[in-house]
Amino acid sequence: MTNPPEPIVELRGIAKHFGGVQALRGVDFSLFPGEVHALVGENGAGKSTLVKILAGIYRPDAGVVKVGGEVVELRSPTQAQALGIAVVQQEPMLFPDLDVAENVFMGRHPRDRFGRVDWKRMYREVDQLLASLDVSLSSHTPVQGLSVAEQQLVEIAKALSLQARVLVLDEPTAALSVHEVEELFDIVKQLCERGVAVLFVSHRLEEVFKIADRLTVLRDGTHIITAPVSEMHTEEIIKHMVGRELSNLFPKGEAEIGEVVLEVRHLTRPGVFADVSFQLRRGEILGFAGLVGAGRTEVARVLFGIDRAESGETWLKGKKVRIRSPQHAMDYGIAYVPEDRHQHGLVMNFSIAANVTLAILQQVSRLGLLDPRREQKIAGEYSSQLRIRSAGVEQLVNALSGGNQQKVVLSKWLATNPAVLILDEPTRGIDVGAKAEVHRIISDLAARGLAIILISSELPEVLAMADRVIVLHEGRVTGTFARSEATQERVMFAATGQDR
Amino acid sequence: MTTTSQEVERTKQRGQVSQAHLFRLVNRVRELGLLIVLLLIILIVGIQAPRFLSIDNFEQILLSVAILAIVALGETLVVLTRNVDLSVGSMVGVTAFVTAYFFKQLPQSNLLLGILLGCALGLVLGMVNGLIVSFGRVPAIVATLGTLYVYRALVFIVAAHTTLQVNASDVPASYLALATTQIFGIPALILIAAIIAIIVGYFLHASQSGRQLYAVGSNPEAANIIGIRRDRLVFAAFAASGLLCGLAGVLWGARFATVDATDATGLELQVIAAVVVGGVNIFGGSGTILGVVLGAIVLGTLQNGLNILNISQFWLQAMYGAAIIGAVVLDAFITRWVQRTILSRRKKA
Repeated sequence: MTNPPEPIVELRGIAKHFGGVQALRGVDFSLFPGEVHALVGENGAGKSTLVKILAGIYRPDAGVVKVGGEVVELRSPTQAQALGIAVVQQEPMLFPDLDVAENVFMGRHPRDRFGRVDWKRMYREVDQLLASLDVSLSSHTPVQGLSVAEQQLVEIAKALSLQARVLVLDEPTAALSVHEVEELFDIVKQLCERGVAVLFVSHRLEEVFKIADRLTVLRDGTHIITAPVSEMHTEEIIKHMVGRELSNLFPKGEAEIGEVVLEVRHLTRPGVFADVSFQLRRGEILGFAGLVGAGRTEVARVLFGIDRAESGETWLKGKKVRIRSPQHAMDYGIAYVPEDRHQHGLVMNFSIAANVTLAILQQVSRLGLLDPRREQKIAGEYSSQLRIRSAGVEQLVNALSGGNQQKVVLSKWLATNPAVLILDEPTRGIDVGAKAEVHRIISDLAARGLAIILISSELPEVLAMADRVIVLHEGRVTGTFARSEATQERVMFAATGQDR
Repeated sequence: MTTTSQEVERTKQRGQVSQAHLFRLVNRVRELGLLIVLLLIILIVGIQAPRFLSIDNFEQILLSVAILAIVALGETLVVLTRNVDLSVGSMVGVTAFVTAYFFKQLPQSNLLLGILLGCALGLVLGMVNGLIVSFGRVPAIVATLGTLYVYRALVFIVAAHTTLQVNASDVPASYLALATTQIFGIPALILIAAIIAIIVGYFLHASQSGRQLYAVGSNPEAANIIGIRRDRLVFAAFAASGLLCGLAGVLWGARFATVDATDATGLELQVIAAVVVGGVNIFGGSGTILGVVLGAIVLGTLQNGLNILNISQFWLQAMYGAAIIGAVVLDAFITRWVQRTILSRRKKA
């Protein structure tokens, strides 16, 4: 297709950082009317940050945003909307108690000459909008109970009613069925014919090939390439997506790999993951790679008894087991360090000692009462073993740095003396130095004979740490690689669901 | 292929239409349910004690409900935004006492002036609540629990410095007439409450801000993203609640004629009961004025009926409690039922 000379949105040198993490570094990007422009990249490449800047949620540290050729500052979502930029989030932000029509027009109801809400006109207009999109959704339907696909349609109808010139779809297909994706794409094509520019954020490359005219690859917050989709092929795109620096990592040391500790056969939880099988040995680190939403955490939750699998078998040390609850899992010697330390891992206003011994209260109690000396003794051991930097084990954990907090969580689970340790994104949000230390600890634990499952969205981390890598894509195992065969390209290929 | 997809479309369409119907039905059913409960109470009590069924008695019920309903309407505005106002009883107490005392001191003054004074005082107290909650970022339940005590203390301080009790003989007859006047044979008190209900109901249905109150309660984050000023709306809801408490206080003084510093203590519990029984979601975002009015009437009828049947006050409390829990359980049950029904329809489609 031929592009008109004037882009509708133009970004120049956009930079944004969060704390010590540089999310975007000088990104240039333009979007033309009537095109579908795909934005791809690994987890953490900066896609979401870019989208949020366009949506007016984040403000860039540096750089220029032009809309319709004019330099603008996107200070708020309302302002972005007023400039004709509409964003459909992966999980749409709607009002569940209100109906479709009000969700489309909330904040700007059509009104009659007395300033009253003109309900008739509102329903008529929304019905027309929905009809023009060729969807069978009634404007009277309450949003409560609509599927994600239908909620996205409501957002798209809202964008149209705002006469949006730019529609940003942030991972819109993640929660949709195949049929729903097709319907969505029909609508996207229709919008393009009307001259709307569509920014399509996705990590499903087959969809990018199907719908997009051009594509931009981001990696580590840097703009890598923008090219017409017709001139690219999958291998090339993946090569651009991966290839991050392997600095500041602590590769796994030697560990004797022993007998099978945990074996999972055909584990299935419908709609979440299916037919997952693997073996985990003593002293081994098994990496779980995949993109956000691939089902890695969900498998871990089932192994730890938080959720139940519908079918499949779990074998522990040669015995078939049914894990019914986290307590049950702990009794079997499984420990799970969740991703969100604040929500699931730590009691922030408790001391280090209290947190470390939280899962083993029996052991630190005497006659049913806590014995502070035992508590401190155990906490002190782990504190020195994992080198937790603090003023002492009585210090509250909310005063610790992210890396040290992560060590407290680890201590808590190690105190339960597990045979299997599941780590979910153990280095997310902690600084580079602390990362290497956490890696060293993980490596030590494996050397001491623990069987470890390491879930990580950072490919270099998985590749450096894991003896074997299992790749999940949309709830299915799409690749298993030994350490020697695992490369970033291969893993990313499997993670994006490409067959090879 | 095309025929099947067309069929799918058609079933879907049918599913959508009936879904919308289902929801409207459920909303009506909730109010219908209240009506049925009301009729049941009337029937049961009426069989036991025929004098319950007199026009006079129904007028008594509505009179006793009127003030409660006015306060409950203000409370509804607050609850819709996902907040709660616990200070309503104290606000009614303050304004009732101050208004009655005003008329005692200045019996010659204009009636309207006294009414405006009471309303203005209520408005100011409500605005203080609104400031603390929406700009001070104190959770409403804590902020208004605090002002519940502070405002009540205010009445005691005023009373200690002036008079411990205002008697019917102290105030002009024109003030007391507020509660006893009849217009077209209907007590003014009931008419005032009805008018307020219509105004608030109309505001919620037809004004932009009214709709935004629902939005703020339904999903505060989404409201924020589309530029709805949540702070202002929450502030306004508390202010409105205070204003209506002010009006209710003025009417309270006129109705009960004898006012002291403890008047309207504990009223907040009856008010919240009426709101919740009336089907307003305690977590905001949904509820109707018709429901709240019916909720107040159901509770008032229950109270009256139990009194007529000579059932002890202790039982009355228990019945009240059971009604609140029953309403909330019913609400949860209906919501789950609707969701399940939709889910199963979806699967079939």
